[in-house]
Amino acid sequence: MLVTIFVPWLANGDRKPAAPSNPLAPQSRAAPCGRQTRKVKTPLALHRAFAFGDWLLSARLSRSPTYNFTQPMSTIEAEIDALRTEALEALTEADGEAGREAWRAEWLGRKDGRLTLRLRALKDAPPESRAALGKSLNELKATLEGELEARRDSARADALAALSADAALDVTLPGRPQSLGRLHPVTQTMNDCIDAFAEMGFRVFEGPEVEWSRYNFDAVRIPDDHPARDMWDTIWIDTLIEGERQMLLRTHTSPNQIRVMEQTEPPVRVIVPGKCYRQEATDASHEWMLTQIEGLAVDEGVRMSDLKGTLYAFARRLFGEDRRIIFHHSYFPFVEPGVEMAIDCFLCAEPGSDCRTCQDTGWIEVLGAGMVHPEIIENAGYDSSRYTGFAFGVGIERVAMLRWGIEDIRHFYQNDLRFLRQF
Amino acid sequence: MKLPLSWLRDYVDVDLPPAEFATRVTDAIAEVEGWEVIGEQWDPELVRVAEVLAVDPHPNADRLVLATVNVGDGPKTVVCGAPNVASGQKVAFATEGAMLIDGHSGKLSKLKLRAIRGVDSAGMVLSEKELGLSDDHEGILELPGDCAIGAPLVEAIGDVVFDVSTWANRADLLGIFGFAREVAAVTGQPLREPDRSYSQSERPASDFVSVTIEAPDLCRRFTASIIEGIEMGPSPAWMQQRLIRAGMRPINNVVDVTNYVMLETGQPLHAFDYDLVRGAEIRPRRARPGETLTTLDDIERDLDSDMLMICDGEGPVAVAGIMGGGNSEVSESTKTVLLEVANFHPGAIRRTSTQLKLRSEASLRFEKGIGPDLASYAQDRALHLLEQVAGGRPAAGLVDAFPTPLPSPRITLPAARIEQVLGIPIEAAEVRRILVALGFDVAERGDAFEVTPPFWRPDVALPDDVVEELIRIYGYENLPTTVLRGALPEAQPRPLERVREQARELAAGLGFQEVVSYTLTSEEILSRVVPSNDEDRTGPLAAMNPVASQHTYLRTSLRGSLLSAYAGNRHHEDAAMRFFEVGVEYLPTEADLPHERPVLCAVLGGQRLERWERPGPERLDFFDAKGAVETLLGDLGVEGAFTAEEHFAMLPGHSATVSVGDESVGVVAQVHPDVAAAFDIEEPVFLIELWFEPLTRAIPERPDYAPPSRYPEARRDLALLVPADTPASALLEVIRTHRARGVRISADVFDEYRGEGVPAGQKSLALAVRFRADDRTLGEKDVVRIEQGLLRRLDQDLDATLRA
Ligand SMILES: [Zn+2]
Repeated sequence: MLVTIFVPWLANGDRKPAAPSNPLAPQSRAAPCGRQTRKVKTPLALHRAFAFGDWLLSARLSRSPTYNFTQPMSTIEAEIDALRTEALEALTEADGEAGREAWRAEWLGRKDGRLTLRLRALKDAPPESRAALGKSLNELKATLEGELEARRDSARADALAALSADAALDVTLPGRPQSLGRLHPVTQTMNDCIDAFAEMGFRVFEGPEVEWSRYNFDAVRIPDDHPARDMWDTIWIDTLIEGERQMLLRTHTSPNQIRVMEQTEPPVRVIVPGKCYRQEATDASHEWMLTQIEGLAVDEGVRMSDLKGTLYAFARRLFGEDRRIIFHHSYFPFVEPGVEMAIDCFLCAEPGSDCRTCQDTGWIEVLGAGMVHPEIIENAGYDSSRYTGFAFGVGIERVAMLRWGIEDIRHFYQNDLRFLRQF
Repeated sequence: MKLPLSWLRDYVDVDLPPAEFATRVTDAIAEVEGWEVIGEQWDPELVRVAEVLAVDPHPNADRLVLATVNVGDGPKTVVCGAPNVASGQKVAFATEGAMLIDGHSGKLSKLKLRAIRGVDSAGMVLSEKELGLSDDHEGILELPGDCAIGAPLVEAIGDVVFDVSTWANRADLLGIFGFAREVAAVTGQPLREPDRSYSQSERPASDFVSVTIEAPDLCRRFTASIIEGIEMGPSPAWMQQRLIRAGMRPINNVVDVTNYVMLETGQPLHAFDYDLVRGAEIRPRRARPGETLTTLDDIERDLDSDMLMICDGEGPVAVAGIMGGGNSEVSESTKTVLLEVANFHPGAIRRTSTQLKLRSEASLRFEKGIGPDLASYAQDRALHLLEQVAGGRPAAGLVDAFPTPLPSPRITLPAARIEQVLGIPIEAAEVRRILVALGFDVAERGDAFEVTPPFWRPDVALPDDVVEELIRIYGYENLPTTVLRGALPEAQPRPLERVREQARELAAGLGFQEVVSYTLTSEEILSRVVPSNDEDRTGPLAAMNPVASQHTYLRTSLRGSLLSAYAGNRHHEDAAMRFFEVGVEYLPTEADLPHERPVLCAVLGGQRLERWERPGPERLDFFDAKGAVETLLGDLGVEGAFTAEEHFAMLPGHSATVSVGDESVGVVAQVHPDVAAAFDIEEPVFLIELWFEPLTRAIPERPDYAPPSRYPEARRDLALLVPADTPASALLEVIRTHRARGVRISADVFDEYRGEGVPAGQKSLALAVRFRADDRTLGEKDVVRIEQGLLRRLDQDLDATLRA
């Protein structure tokens, strides 16, 4: 019974080879024995036309099929049952994705799948049985499709399980090398500082590294014979202009306070990044070339509390939201009042822990700052009774050392990859 | 400055623990850099003050004595080896179990008593070394006479010595009394003035000496006093101890008094042996041409006419404010002292001491600026002490040359200015309290304060100077944090910096490690990479006082820095390396600041890494460098053209100029192997330079834009035979400019081949040529026709033929 129903349709089994859609599935396995069985039976079947088979056969073989639908419905249903059984059995035997695809083409193929042909021929079925027959065939189709999908899902799951288990990687092997460059830690820190101040409306300005002595010193109230010059040991340029040595390597970025104010009118809100130089013996905390960022804000109503607020925001941005800051008294000739800012030490949990960074004081000096000296405001051509301002200078290497716990400032400009690639 | 707490307590009570005191001082006065506790390990029970009652010979040893000491509970005998032990001395005495520094090993250890040469010792009389005060182990420490017998030594001479860094404009803080005044203002404690009383003889000082200031611009005031009947000798133990704690060496009672008063008040003083002052006159004047003076340190000083000398009737006896001369020095035989307390122009003192390379405690104070009124204050204090410790009798009055006493400056501080500067008001009562505590006079006039700074504060001259005094004592912790208000300044376009930073980011993204090098280099390194005929770079600027000779010249090229970095890292890196630096070339400009020309310089070379992070057989080459430049430029929105051109220090035939539009923007090349070798690089290394000024000019404000074509492009691969020296770029340029009825043609090179099958003197270039029309889909016939036209053009212009 089984054989007779199912054989004739296979006679036309000139199927396209199924393309495995799942690349994980094994390909081109030897043909399963089930299919060989069917092939053997094929010629026989052509001679055994049952009524139902006739209907379908004629639907496919002839463009004007004739109908001889004499079987009772119960018989038809039995045949559909048999069809179902055969299809599902074949699916069970289908091997790999290729087998499943061949099975799909045989049964559900859009052009000449065995079930497809039956469904297509349905329009020629007697009207009185068409509905019932259609319902049964469509149910069969849904069953086959569902089963196929379930088989595929389970195969995919098996494949992935195998991939995860048998083909598991040794993830401790090295990655394939990529070439990666990094910005210098001073650049990274500088960029973070610039970003922090830019958020508060500060513009960036740059000035020359080789600077006039009058800008570096005189204009910021450090006259030639003032002991404050000891605060900045200077590398002078050995070039005489009008018989005098007038050029030097700027010892700080502060001359740019003057350069900025000469060029603009209030409101002024700038930061000036750049290299500075000191004639200084080097050690773990002193380097003769260094990087600073100068800040300057001048306008009506700029107050020292704004300076504190600005630096507080900066400190929290760079060193963590829970940072606290303090000001203490200091002296720089170009500010009045002058302060140094310290942040609370984030490296030692409690005092008495022998902290190298804060010497157990709990506070780390970070920068110098103050209110722009009224003489400097006046010299810029601003009215010092109306305009006030603040200025600050941050040593970038110091900030970088704190952020990363770098112990020796001399690492920065040795250009040793073993140092640089850590940032 | 060393600040012994015991000395400070003469003038103000301090009860704070050292750490808290240091914090308070640092917040408001000056930076405490650290402190040393003296006597921390002295057990109050076991180490005490004793008096030596008698000294007798040791029965069994010539070098030892038996000292009888009283520690308050009856006489005790101790064996002692010190040569200086004498009866009547107050000494430090330790009994068994005391923690002391071992005189020989230098380690802290517990005292164990034993019989010495058959005599039991009840304890030990201690040296400075054993007490940890100094390395002196020659003799025992003699204590000041006023130490109470039996008192714990730590109470008698224990101390905390703070190390304080003061400011360049505050000479008054270099006096311990001046410091105490500030401490009193901060803590609210009363201030005690040092005793300045003394008796005077009948004869006026002016009988002894006359003072004539010949250079009033350099010498603002000169006071002289005369002290007769001086008994030269060591100063008392208490004074010596204080001087030592403050970091000075005791010399003799007269010199020690001058140093003591200087440390106390901040005013330097100088004592002359009156009998060595010739002509009984003092003339502060400029040095005369050719004059010299041998200073107290035995060095003969050449003087010039900007230097102020203290002269007697015949010539210089001191370099004013810096150091005395040997010719008038007080000595053991001195009977009468002429005490100079003067005031000099701070700048002149600094200039002279810089020129003579002679810094002294005196010059450090004078150069910061001292109020002239401090001179007579210090005179009084010194005379008090000389009378006490040197048996002197001051002559009546001072000889005081003070040509133009300065009126006290009066500063009007509007109350509103305080809030304008600080952001917070300070109440009038608090303003008065702070300023009075600091010695200022304050009067209120309407909405302003009339403030007169004290004579020791010449640094306070402007209203904002007074505001600083207020806020530092009021406390910066009381300053709130506020946010800047008001309008933001207009943004200035900074195209060059934008391009520079974009390039920096991308260079790192392309695998180059950023380095930052010293910008000063040596002439030798520059000469390797910069041609001597480069006009922009001739005569690099030099530092007059470089930190080291290899950092003398401001670099006119970054090449040397990058090659040095490459070579240095090659010692420990075995695979490909890529470095870049963004910096400036300092190009000298006549009589002006140099042109700081911004540039990106990069070097690369070495073996590319394989799968297993090992250097593989393939090396980075010219095209890695060029590819990096192409990507960089592409990211900036422009396309570079590469023209073969020789560059100094680069290998000919492997060197190109990079240009964008009309601008020549850089170089990409292989570094000449000889030059590389000079940097100890023994492998092919490649260099990129991009100058940001022309590059920025070459970048269009807006990139060219065309909507994506709706029609597909046709592609043809062509293999063309061309003369071997024809650059591929020439073919691409012909193709790019070929016009064929609205059809756009573009091409890429995808292979270069020479060898078998290609005639000698020729090479084969494989091109992928793309044809596209904006208004139609090109048919096969169109493409064939255009291709044939193109091939004819290539043949005509470049002798290029289709390879069979
Ligand atoms: Zn800490």
